[in-house]
Amino acid sequence: MNWTWFYRLGSPLWFYQMTTRWLPWLSLLAFVLLTTGLVWGLGFAPQDAKQGNSFRIIYLHVPASFLALAGYFLMATAGAIGLIWKMKLSYMIMKSAAPIGAALTFLALFTGAVWGKPTWGSYWVWDARITSMLILLFLYFGVLALQYAFHNEESGNKASAVLALVGTVNIPIIYKSVDWWYTLHQPSTIKLTSAPSMHPDMFHPLLVMILGFYCFYVVALCLFTRVEILRRERKTAWVGELAARSSNAVEGAKQ
Amino acid sequence: MKFQFQDVGQMLNMGGHGFYVWSAVIVTLMIIIGLIIRPLIQHRVVLSQIGQDLAREKLRKRVDGENN
Repeated sequence: MNWTWFYRLGSPLWFYQMTTRWLPWLSLLAFVLLTTGLVWGLGFAPQDAKQGNSFRIIYLHVPASFLALAGYFLMATAGAIGLIWKMKLSYMIMKSAAPIGAALTFLALFTGAVWGKPTWGSYWVWDARITSMLILLFLYFGVLALQYAFHNEESGNKASAVLALVGTVNIPIIYKSVDWWYTLHQPSTIKLTSAPSMHPDMFHPLLVMILGFYCFYVVALCLFTRVEILRRERKTAWVGELAARSSNAVEGAKQ
Repeated sequence: MKFQFQDVGQMLNMGGHGFYVWSAVIVTLMIIIGLIIRPLIQHRVVLSQIGQDLAREKLRKRVDGENN
């Protein structure tokens, strides 16, 4: 079997060139999806019979929570690939996923809090789902902190990857928390195996928002990874050329 | 499909839940924009630093060459 594609996938130069070509289109797609979903969800989706308009927070809360979890899974997978195949690009992606995941987990907790106040009467409850999401936030912080805790970059990579992998134990706990401990957080609205427990008029804008958040996540991850590539590959010829060309452009603009 | 509110004021009010809904929207937008802007700025900063380092190195090599 021909494995060259696998090694090319691990090449930072290839990744950089690929994203230069595709990022504008993906950003446009993310922008269109998020704008459509937000206007649709906030203005046109029908009110919820019990919760009134506060339910509209679902259009932010559910996509943010989805990506907080999917992002952790991606970060742990990238860490594992880095540990097993010593792929440079993989560690760069793992490092880039940490701040984005932390921001999205915070967003899931924040939107949950402002949704909880009008619905449950409290911003914060030590419910199983909420507590396990808070642990997810701390895991993201841990991976971030470990990256900077070592002078040697290689050690930082390995330590972060191991923490990320160990932390995946938390992911199924978060998923199942609403079924195992039936406390306050409602069970999931969307399931792979059955129809959503939501009217289609409410569900369609949510679907658009989730797709939009996925596109946005990929864009953000690529942008963070590109910076990391420049930092770690600064000694290579192609980054040198890129830097020389961009500083020439700045000089040209000054004159 | 129809617009659910009579006017802008009603949409801002959200039936009394305006504060919760709109603060969620604002924080979401801030985080999304922040996660895009920050790497874009970093990209420029890192690239210009590498450019400066390279220029300095080139200059040093030239000076060394003249001295020898």
